[in-house]
Amino acid sequence: MERKPFAISLDPNSSLANHTGSWRTVRPIYVDRLPPCNHACPAGENIQSWLYYAEEGKYKEAWDVLMRDNPFPALHGRVCYHPCETACNRAQLDEAVGIHAVERFLGDRAIQEGWQVMPGTATGKTVLIIGAGPSGLSAAFHLARFGHAVTIYDAGPKAGGMMRFGIPKYRLPRDILDAEIARIEAMGVTIRLNHKVEDLEAVLKAGNFDAVFLAIGAHLAKRTEIPGRDAGKIMDAAGFLKSLEGKTPPKIGRRVVVYGGGNTAIDAARTAKRLGAEEAVIVYRRDRAHMPAHDFEIREALEEGVVIHWLRTIKRAEESKYTVEVMELDETGRPRPTGLFEEIDADTLILALGQNADTAFLRNVPGLKIAEDGVIDVDETMMTGRPGLFAGGDMVPSERTVTTATGHGKKAARHIDAYLRGTRYVKTAPHPIATFDKLNTWYYTDAERSKQPILEAARRRSTFDEVAGGLDPSTALLEARRCLSCGNCFECDNCYGVCPDNAVIKLGPGKRFAFNYDYCKGCGICVQECPCGAIEMVKETI
Amino acid sequence: MNRQQRIKFYQTGTFTVGNRLLGDEDRTVQSRMERTNSLNSGHRACQGCGEALGARYAVDAAMRAAQNRLIAVNATGCLEVFSTPYPESSWRIPWLHSLFGNAPAVATGVAAAFRAKGRTEMKVIAQGGDGGTVDIGFGCLSGMFERNDDVLYICYDNEGYMNTGVQRSGSTPPAARTMTTPAVGEHPGQPFGAGKNVPRIAMAHGIPYVATASVSNLRDLEAKVTKAMGLSGSRYIHIHVPCPLGWVHDPALTIKVARLAVESGLFPLIEAEYGRITGRTMIRRKIPVERYLELQGRFKHLFLDPRHRETIAAIQAIADAHLTEYGLLEKENSRGT
Repeated sequence: MERKPFAISLDPNSSLANHTGSWRTVRPIYVDRLPPCNHACPAGENIQSWLYYAEEGKYKEAWDVLMRDNPFPALHGRVCYHPCETACNRAQLDEAVGIHAVERFLGDRAIQEGWQVMPGTATGKTVLIIGAGPSGLSAAFHLARFGHAVTIYDAGPKAGGMMRFGIPKYRLPRDILDAEIARIEAMGVTIRLNHKVEDLEAVLKAGNFDAVFLAIGAHLAKRTEIPGRDAGKIMDAAGFLKSLEGKTPPKIGRRVVVYGGGNTAIDAARTAKRLGAEEAVIVYRRDRAHMPAHDFEIREALEEGVVIHWLRTIKRAEESKYTVEVMELDETGRPRPTGLFEEIDADTLILALGQNADTAFLRNVPGLKIAEDGVIDVDETMMTGRPGLFAGGDMVPSERTVTTATGHGKKAARHIDAYLRGTRYVKTAPHPIATFDKLNTWYYTDAERSKQPILEAARRRSTFDEVAGGLDPSTALLEARRCLSCGNCFECDNCYGVCPDNAVIKLGPGKRFAFNYDYCKGCGICVQECPCGAIEMVKETI
Repeated sequence: MNRQQRIKFYQTGTFTVGNRLLGDEDRTVQSRMERTNSLNSGHRACQGCGEALGARYAVDAAMRAAQNRLIAVNATGCLEVFSTPYPESSWRIPWLHSLFGNAPAVATGVAAAFRAKGRTEMKVIAQGGDGGTVDIGFGCLSGMFERNDDVLYICYDNEGYMNTGVQRSGSTPPAARTMTTPAVGEHPGQPFGAGKNVPRIAMAHGIPYVATASVSNLRDLEAKVTKAMGLSGSRYIHIHVPCPLGWVHDPALTIKVARLAVESGLFPLIEAEYGRITGRTMIRRKIPVERYLELQGRFKHLFLDPRHRETIAAIQAIADAHLTEYGLLEKENSRGT
């Protein structure tokens, strides 16, 4: 026996023999929660995930993750109304993360660097897409990634749909749009322009395609009856915006009145201003609070000298004189007439009252359910009543935004892919949402949102130059780092540091952490001190 | 600390333990895979023990600063009892325990022995709870300071004698309930005016370095231990470590409680060299003392009906006096940097 010091009879031992995990009644587990931004994104982007890479300056990886869900980051970074930022938890702390600005930065960088997405291994299946708008192009992109051969027919002279013929250049420069469409074509997608489908049933019967995705949008302008005689020039907003893509700009005169309160009305008025109209007046029947147009667009329009007459309806037209009635809102926010009248002069009246889908050519297709306003009914797989015929975008019941349409394209592509393979696409159940109360915001440094440069007002009145500028690499990096990473571990080492029992094992960069349940006493400090809510306590089963 | 102001990491800040985005030089000791874990798993401290956490924070930082040439002398107390029940020990460093009251004297002896043997590379720390430091070992501690012996003494202050069943110490705050200061009578809990401020007493000895730290601010704590380890002579660090058992709070809230003590101004984080204040850690988001007190059962009697408004106001006055005395607020707003 080894000689021991006086009065010592046992060998010294490590406390590791003492498994304190047996004290535990609850145990911490690592979880992933759904960040509110991801939850809000109509295109189903995994925003937190691509920001994670952007935070490290790994822009290519960030873009790759983004492209899994959305083929148009440069475009969406400009024109999406970013519901993600409305949902962003950081808004409750200081200001929402400028997600769109980082997305745009990634998109622009991809165009600069010529980053490309590869199509999947060819499956031999063919898909026809009708309409080269956001929904159709998005479906084409995802179907190409699945390995299907895609052909798009579009009635217009150029691809892009409403992205080209509805969104003004000062919000979306055409070189950006062209670059993002060209990337999809480079994946082997064929786009046949000026190719209007008159008889879908004949195309389907010809049997050259294994599935068809309808995405023709909603281009048919809604009209309203304005009594009068010798009325001046009246046009619809969609047609007006579309005509700007032609060679000669439309003649609109000195005074332009736009009738309507949506984003299209704002676009039309701002465009009229840029075409040289001295007065661009929006007439809308309710007040600013009830205007469907987004507040920042209203603000920008006002900055550019657009005048808005709230609470007015147009009653009569007489040559270039319009009689408008003053309205007031009732208790439910609905406008009602007051009997007071005013007159305004206009050389051109532009109607921005919304659009319908022009689905007349589908009437002879059996099994289709078409609503009165032309909207097509689809099931939860985006399939119409006719097997193999899918539909999405503005022509099905939806929010009618570019982003929703892009999301439809992805969703439809997944279901079409499953249909072609004879299976069903089942979406994995989403994680519970990482709400603000799950965060420990003490650990986030206060940081103001990075500002995008804005074109000066004088140039905004006279040119179609893009209004909002992009972030530079340093501001994009800082903006990405403002992300709180809600519900998803970002390896801040807090749990590893704060455990009094060393019961958190650090697995190394990119590998996150694990609990050592031999020693975890279940105190819960790690849960409390996790900044992003990625740890949860669960009852121990004994 | 200045270091915190310099690094602009918006997402992860400098408030987290680590961060994958930080360069090596900006990482804490605790964020490193190769940290010593000087106080290893399997120790018998209660769930959520602030002292176990504070001890690992401090000794790991000291080990790194001393390049692992470190020996620790421990006073009797929770830290000794829960870490080393014979024949087991959680310590992964040379460690010595003698009596409750003589840790500073034993550490002085160890330092003298190394000096006599020419082992100048060896560093000595002594550590204990507030009982072994503020009360029972105080004579030895003052002697060690007065002779300026080459020891870093670390006090883990949980404001009472906890492992013997929560009796008051010279560090128990006013109005706190303990077994020996029950919440009865007109002035329940520890009386106002009792207790002593050992960091100030250490400063009065004119020793090279005195600092206070909190388990809620790891970067600050590690910076202070590292700085102390780079100096010779007597050094003293007083670390605030909540005790879920004695303070009667949810074990999960240990760090939060410590943070609120700092943010309310009740536990100021300061540094002093040769008797003069040389550093202070600014309060980030000032809070009223109620926010700190109401989380703890030992102050529960203050919030029962009738609420002890005057007592709470008196505690607030102590916090406010700290804010003024040490200049802990950047300006009068609730959202500093």
